[in-house]
Amino acid sequence: MTLYVFLFLSFVAIFCALMTVLSKNPIHSVIYLIGCFFAIAGHYMLLNAEFLAIVHIIVYAGAIMVLFLSTLMLMNLNDETEQHKPAVAKISAVIASGLLMLVLVAVLKKADNLQVPLTQEISIGTIKVLGKVLLDEYLFPFEFSSVLFLSAMIGAVLLTKKEKGQTA
Amino acid sequence: MDIGFLIEKSAVILVVFGITMLVALYSTFGERIFASYFQDRLGPNRAGPGGILQPLADGVKMFTKEDFIPDTPNKFLFIFGPFLFMTTALITSSVIPWGDTLMVFGRIVKLQAADINIAILFVFGVVSIGVYGIMLGGWASNNKFSLLGAVRASSQMISYEVAMGLSIIAILMMTGTLSLRSIVDQQHGFIDWSGSIPWFSWNVFKQPIAFLVFLICAFAETNRTPFDLPECEAELIGGYHTEYSSMKLGFFLFAEYINMFISSALIAIIFFGGFNYPGMDWAFRTLGMNGAALIGVGVMFVKTLFGIFFYMWVRWTVPRFRYDQLMNLGWKILIPVSIFNIVATGAVILLTGK
Repeated sequence: MTLYVFLFLSFVAIFCALMTVLSKNPIHSVIYLIGCFFAIAGHYMLLNAEFLAIVHIIVYAGAIMVLFLSTLMLMNLNDETEQHKPAVAKISAVIASGLLMLVLVAVLKKADNLQVPLTQEISIGTIKVLGKVLLDEYLFPFEFSSVLFLSAMIGAVLLTKKEKGQTA
Repeated sequence: MDIGFLIEKSAVILVVFGITMLVALYSTFGERIFASYFQDRLGPNRAGPGGILQPLADGVKMFTKEDFIPDTPNKFLFIFGPFLFMTTALITSSVIPWGDTLMVFGRIVKLQAADINIAILFVFGVVSIGVYGIMLGGWASNNKFSLLGAVRASSQMISYEVAMGLSIIAILMMTGTLSLRSIVDQQHGFIDWSGSIPWFSWNVFKQPIAFLVFLICAFAETNRTPFDLPECEAELIGGYHTEYSSMKLGFFLFAEYINMFISSALIAIIFFGGFNYPGMDWAFRTLGMNGAALIGVGVMFVKTLFGIFFYMWVRWTVPRFRYDQLMNLGWKILIPVSIFNIVATGAVILLTGK
């Protein structure tokens, strides 16, 4: 049963991820990406990480993608006005992603020897355990990332501020 | 899986679904009756005695109107929009505890479709998905007014979700749980005698600031006046549902009433003690478990229906905000207030040590 659910979710995730890249219309890309996020949230559920699953949906599908979608909707994305990238950019993009693919394949080939700490504990993904681990074992990285977010937020606010003497 | 469990859950789900639909149906009627009362006119009184069959007449009208689809390259998304909005509105009712436990044929039945321990987060997740219905529908309409309505809806929803989440955090710090049932159970009775000073056990008396922020955000999340800018007819014709007709429009309008019902139920559960009422221990002793639980369900519905009435009361009393006022209220007032509330709650918990 779990295997079939896993296979189904994996199929949906990979299909949606491919369609995100292949869709001509950017709005359709965003919708496929949301589908992909839901499939990944399902994977988290299978791993008993229900908190992670629901937060994944709230943050990515519910907040970030809504912002993406509303920005995309306001853009004028007609074929006539769309700028086509020069050939150099296209070729360099292909080479760069090919290199990334190479690294990923190399890592995955070695992955058989990796020792993954398998835990059978059922409560590993629940909010109580997660909170304890996050604020006990990983307190420093946790607080550090919050400072990082704060600086990003201040930067964004600063960018939108009008300078002195500047009108609108 | 136990077959009795399956029957029990199916029955609960079907009853909850039916009641949600019925309440939403008669909320549309109630809205028109209250509107006529507030505006000193008669209101709908032709269909049936006192106009009681008006919702059915409305439904027939909606179904039999021409189902017009505009010339849009995204027919699928145009149809998908209202479907998604309706679905997300209905899903939330699955985690709401409508009452205490009942004893039916020797089985203990929880009056809740799914008692998951991250229920509040589930509600937030579903609410944040709900905006896609409006956005996709508005965008696929291929109409500038619809698009503006959709963009307004999305930015409004995101802005007020932040304040809503922050206001709930103060409650979560106090209760220490994300399960709605545990939150209700902690508000047992009406007055809590166990502390050094007896105080009301309902959260609204412990967290009045959180309640106010949550209430305002609930108005914004359900797109009700004074925050119904996505469908502001003075500026945007019909907003995101300008191009919709027939039952697709009906779905958009109907889902708004379902959202009202669910959010009123949520406010009743988180802040007004849900199915708890004064003297419930006495009722438990004299009437037994089932009697006390049924009174609890009744109390829960009275609280929820009062919430719906409050929505209508505000709608016909307060004028609509301007868009910059809406954003200022959300980001510059509600969020700082709820952060202050979180800090104050933390300080009190630290000082009193509970």
